[in-house]
Amino acid sequence: MPIANSPTTVPVVVDEKKCIADKGCTVCVDVCPLDVLRISEMTGKAYMKYDECWYCMPCEADCPTDAVTVNIPYLLR
Amino acid sequence: MDEISSGLSEVECDILVIGGGTAGPMAAYKARKKNPDAKVILLEKANVKRSGAISMGMDGLNNAVIPGYSTPEQYTKEITIANDGICDQDAVYRYAKECYSIIEELDKFGIRFQKDENGEFDVKKVHHIGTYVLPMPNGDTVKKALYRQLRRARVMISNRFMATRLLTGKNGRIAGAISVNTRTSEFLVIKAKAVIMCTGAAGRLGLPTSGYMFGTYENPTNSGEGYTMAYHAGAKLANLECFQINPLIKDYNGPACAYVAGPLGGYTANANNERFIECDYWSGQMMQEFHNELLSGKGPVFLKLNHLHQDTADHIEEILHTVERPSRGRFHEGRNTKYSETMIEMHISEIGFCSGHSASGVFVDDNARTTIDGLYAAGDMASVPHNYMLGAFTNGAIAGEHAIDYVKDMEFDEIDQGEVAKEQERILAPTKREDGIPPNQIEFKIRRLVNDYLQPPKVDKKYELCQSRLAEVREDMEQNMMVRDAHELMRATEASSILDCADMAAHASLYRKESRWGLYHNRVDYPERDDENWKCHVLLSKQDGVMTCEKRDVKPYIIPINEDEKDAYNNQRVQAQA
Ligand SMILES: Cc1cc2nc3c(=O)[nH]c(=O)nc-3n(C[C@H](O)[C@H](O)[C@H](O)COP(=O)(O)OP(=O)(O)OC[C@H]3O[C@@H](n4cnc5c(N)ncnc54)[C@H](O)[C@@H]3O)c2cc1C
Ligand code: SF4
Ligand code: SF4
Repeated sequence: MPIANSPTTVPVVVDEKKCIADKGCTVCVDVCPLDVLRISEMTGKAYMKYDECWYCMPCEADCPTDAVTVNIPYLLR
Repeated sequence: MDEISSGLSEVECDILVIGGGTAGPMAAYKARKKNPDAKVILLEKANVKRSGAISMGMDGLNNAVIPGYSTPEQYTKEITIANDGICDQDAVYRYAKECYSIIEELDKFGIRFQKDENGEFDVKKVHHIGTYVLPMPNGDTVKKALYRQLRRARVMISNRFMATRLLTGKNGRIAGAISVNTRTSEFLVIKAKAVIMCTGAAGRLGLPTSGYMFGTYENPTNSGEGYTMAYHAGAKLANLECFQINPLIKDYNGPACAYVAGPLGGYTANANNERFIECDYWSGQMMQEFHNELLSGKGPVFLKLNHLHQDTADHIEEILHTVERPSRGRFHEGRNTKYSETMIEMHISEIGFCSGHSASGVFVDDNARTTIDGLYAAGDMASVPHNYMLGAFTNGAIAGEHAIDYVKDMEFDEIDQGEVAKEQERILAPTKREDGIPPNQIEFKIRRLVNDYLQPPKVDKKYELCQSRLAEVREDMEQNMMVRDAHELMRATEASSILDCADMAAHASLYRKESRWGLYHNRVDYPERDDENWKCHVLLSKQDGVMTCEKRDVKPYIIPINEDEKDAYNNQRVQAQA
């Protein structure tokens, strides 16, 4: 069966101006219990790769530069 | 990251602890404390720093037995009654006697508890009978404090490894576990003389009404592998028909949380602003009244704080929006709800397995031992009822200290390499397909069926339909599930444990031919509680490859329950005022 890519808004937003992943930071990726964040090879910044978030907030709380904002996923807003 | 690579390594240790949330770190810590020469590995699917139910912290201890406020005898009695009599009291009694020393230890770790002006613990009453709730004003420090102790005790931590199957040896003892890296798909086989399972609740069994698969009450990392691994290894699981269902903030799906709000004057109300339950402590009987109210025309149900003084309501809001589930504030902001102004709409959670709040789990005794030699279980996945966080800590400690003595003169039991190869093949099968069904669709379908058919009230015909529909999904899963990277492979493996849990939930529910535990096991075809035939455990296990249930007597009570006390939890509804 062929697979389609359905669009979805993701709840976690990273402020690329603040994110210092290009200097080696991976804190948010390391702590996320659902393992849904990654560092983009294109931008060198953190982003939400998988839409599987518990809106629990360690990524935001532990980010050293306050670059992460966790929003409530649209479906339950 | 996320590319699928094959590869397998093997390590050995004295004790393997699976799951580094709440019970797991305590088990590993206590084992190393008692024998600093022992090799203890803590295996975690996520990252121990921020994993499990308490990843951000906790608002308080829900079940603290503190001298001067309550006694172990009283607590054991209350839990026996709350659990409709199905309770091996020895484990609850032991917890009740030992939990105070764990509180003192946690206090020393820096997790401070609320004290009154005299420096005494400031315990609050929420339960039907006794007083056991202890607030934690700096509850956001729990994980950090635990992690510090793990480093100090030099516990070896392996993050991002998901255990998938236990290994038993030639002598029938536990021999270790197989795990797979969630970012590379590499396998790690851990040979161990004892294994302590602490993998938490089955939190992704039912589907939240929002349809958002990860918007569960429980931390959705906990997808039920503990139950599945125990089952496939041949261990017995107790009372899986006693589901977990919680009263939650609608859509947000986090706790309301009456334990924080109750002692300050908040309560659960219907649409007419009326209180309808006597006691906000979570039990199946209370959930039944909640469910009745939702359907009665007086619903929906609300958390009511808007009658309180503005400062009190704001104070509650402040606690609830910062510690345990801190995104709650954002949710309410988006909806424009202020606790001091409007009542907060509540609803019923999806179903799950969780002894932390309810009672089902891998069957354990008062030393946290399962029915397999050398295999222990603690926390939300073990069968000690109404355990909560302090139960996870205390029983984790009990498991760690018992296991370290058990392994003293023990040799490794020999593992069967054929089992390892078979498991590798099972896990990797979805990576071999060019095309097929992605794991999120398999999972959604299982969980949608769970909601449609297994959610109480339980109807026989619906359960039978569910079993045959789940069998079809199993075939799709085994023949057609397809993944593209290591992350999806983790989800695929989780889907298989969710499916096993759904099958177990259906099987155990059909076996117990009575109603018990209020809404948790409300069987429409057998509406009465039948103590004569069913005042017993139901143990589920795999016998010759087949899912089987049997009855097991409840151990004779240590703390007797009087005739006039045993139904105290059945009188939840507020009586009409004359
Ligand atoms: C939102 C919420 C609020 C709560 N509030 C309170 C409260 O105020 N007071 C209170 O006393 N109790 C509360 N509880 C209950 C309490 O938090 C739990 O009972 C307790 O933390 C459970 O501990 P545990 O170790 O069993 O599970 P967890 O702490 O959830 O740990 C399970 C761990 O196992 C890991 N894991 C899962 N599967 C695998 C696998 N296959 N391989 C490796 N690792 C795996 C997980 O990543 C996780 O780290 C609350 C629970 C929730 C969800
Ligand atoms: S923690 Fe913050 S700075 Fe570090 S990678 Fe994540 S977003 Fe960037
Ligand atoms: S809110 Fe939680 S689940 Fe979501 S990205 Fe952050 S850490 Fe991960």
